[in-house]
Amino acid sequence: MNEDLDMLEQSALNDYKYGFVTNIDTDTIPKGLNEGVIELISKKKNEPEWMLAWRLKAYAYWLKLVEPTWANIKHPPINYQDIIYYAAPKQKEQLNSLEEVDPELLRTFEKLGISLNEQKRLTGVAVDVVMDSVSIATSFKEQLSEIGVIFCSISEAIQKHPELVKKYLGSVVPMTDNYFAALNSAVFTDGSFCYIPKGVRCPMELSTYFRINAENSGQFERTLIIAEEESYVSYLEGCTAPMRDENQLHAAVVELVAMKKAEIKYSTVQNWYPGDKEGNGGIYNFVTKRGICLEDYAKISWTQVETGSAITWKYPSVILKGDHTIGEFYSVAFTNHHQQADTGTKMIHLGKNTRSRIVSKGISAGQSQNSYRGLVRAAKGAINARNYSQCDSLLLGDKCGAHTFPYIEVKNKTAIVEHEATTSKIGEDQLFYCRQRGIDAEAAVALIVNGFAKEVMNQLPMEFAIEAQKLLAISMEGSVG
Amino acid sequence: MMLSIKNIHANIDGKEILKGINLDIKAGEVHAIMGPNGSGKSTLASVLAGREEYEVTEGTVTFLDQNLLDLSIEDRARAGLFLAFQYPVEIPGVSTTNFIKAAVNEKRKYQGKEPLDALAFLKIMKEKMALVEIDQSLLSRSINEGFSGGEKKRNEIFQMAMLEPKLAILDETDSGLDIDALRIVANGINQLRNQNRAILLITHYQRLLDYIQPDFVHVLYNGRIVKSGSKALALELEEKGYDFITEETDL
Repeated sequence: MNEDLDMLEQSALNDYKYGFVTNIDTDTIPKGLNEGVIELISKKKNEPEWMLAWRLKAYAYWLKLVEPTWANIKHPPINYQDIIYYAAPKQKEQLNSLEEVDPELLRTFEKLGISLNEQKRLTGVAVDVVMDSVSIATSFKEQLSEIGVIFCSISEAIQKHPELVKKYLGSVVPMTDNYFAALNSAVFTDGSFCYIPKGVRCPMELSTYFRINAENSGQFERTLIIAEEESYVSYLEGCTAPMRDENQLHAAVVELVAMKKAEIKYSTVQNWYPGDKEGNGGIYNFVTKRGICLEDYAKISWTQVETGSAITWKYPSVILKGDHTIGEFYSVAFTNHHQQADTGTKMIHLGKNTRSRIVSKGISAGQSQNSYRGLVRAAKGAINARNYSQCDSLLLGDKCGAHTFPYIEVKNKTAIVEHEATTSKIGEDQLFYCRQRGIDAEAAVALIVNGFAKEVMNQLPMEFAIEAQKLLAISMEGSVG
Repeated sequence: MMLSIKNIHANIDGKEILKGINLDIKAGEVHAIMGPNGSGKSTLASVLAGREEYEVTEGTVTFLDQNLLDLSIEDRARAGLFLAFQYPVEIPGVSTTNFIKAAVNEKRKYQGKEPLDALAFLKIMKEKMALVEIDQSLLSRSINEGFSGGEKKRNEIFQMAMLEPKLAILDETDSGLDIDALRIVANGINQLRNQNRAILLITHYQRLLDYIQPDFVHVLYNGRIVKSGSKALALELEEKGYDFITEETDL
């Protein structure tokens, strides 16, 4: 066995930079899930009656479901009674400005590289930060509201924009959609809400930073983005969590609605704690993300860079309902050590002349398992639907696995669906070539992996592309000797 | 002495390929190693560059007063040893420019120099591009991906120009080139010849030596250098074929 490959197999400690814990008083409720807990969450959030009714309905439905087992992942059974469903850093009830945010929290986010201090920000990125079950702060809110853009936490939207929430919540991902969506609908605590009015091109990137801090808690994020006719928004989410031996559950639901000629670009840089190199701890990231191009000429584009989580289970999808609508999915999923990822997309072509494009790049190292699972469906009425899918897998070492599960359902003859898949290994020849030019093995692997992922990285907003590239390099540390 | 190879033996998969190579190369010299297929020419290049499939079982190599065999592959490169590959490797998604920039800056770091900024790098690149008549558009493409045989070899010599090695080992750089490409590549190599640099040409055919005049020619056969001489030896080989040497040796 060649030494380079031996090095690839050696899994040294992966330094997870974001694994610290913030010491802050947390308002938590007891572990467990029942109607009383849901009522308590709703009460803590001072929610209207209809919201509680909706939650309870979802809960009743969830009770009838069993956890799905079709994904290519393995984990011990999750005890849903052993999770804390609400945990919030204690601070003043109503914050009038960022100055009132607990300095300890501000320091936490500074440490994570998220400056909440608007004056210090160089680029025009508005941020909503969510810690455990609540939104801490949202920047640039006033500036955005001047042009009619609503960017706030979902909790605030329930209070201030109930008509919009009522209309769209659960309209793309119904509470009955799947096990985790039903659970989320019952117990979701916070997330972001964005509303872009007709004809407005959102002048800055909107982003949400999710942080899990409290022990034994689960995070149930709910995000809703609505882009009215001829509007445009680019949204980005990031996420991290402390290093803990226990597994923590993050079960999110994200819904996107794009009206006529609207465009939503949604980017994720997912860096939840992946667990240690033996596979202890880490986040279970079980997420339902779906967008609908409701009216003609709408476009929804998902870009994800997934490097964290012990287990990732997510399929950001697009329903192409309007005619001439476009759905895109660009994904880089990197797994190391004992991480497992089962991720991909669904492109549901309903309208005429709809187009979708899928580019998935899976990179596996260590003993990890990385699966692409995708569905392309062209309904009977989806005349001239077009899909192009490309799924490439790169293996580092030979103890990891890459799997591809493409499902294609075409119900009309005019649809054209193309699928290409490749699997490759970082070759000894490539490593030797780089090293002969003075580039050491670790830098060479980073170079090769970044080259492999480039097509997807190029889709990220500029500010985040560089971050994502660095993140990929950090995640790879320890995958080479 | 720049490079001093003493009694090198090397195996791959337990099979002995090099059976006692001795060779001294001084700065400024151009040596050509010729020999029939399977004689160990490319193995010698790989062993010098540090390819790990090869196990050196005996002998020493001194390169610029250091024990070469103790150095990692990348440190050999940073210390000034360059190998132009017979089959340059494709790396999808990594632009040729970025690749070379990474290599140049690794070398500078090793020498305790600051990395070159984009502007300075570009300026040097422009100068060196002319040497091998390489096109800018080629450099923005993924390294070696979809390059023609000639483009790959020119790209190797371009990297040599950028990295300014002390010792350049050119492994069958002439193979697969048509006559025009060969002339361009040879011309580039000739321009990179200087008093401080040594070049080791590995070739099967004499024709490369029509363009690049070697100071010494060695014939490698069955893992040993069996004959050394001047340029005249190469011509003799062309005239008589390798048989006249192999028969002599096998006796």
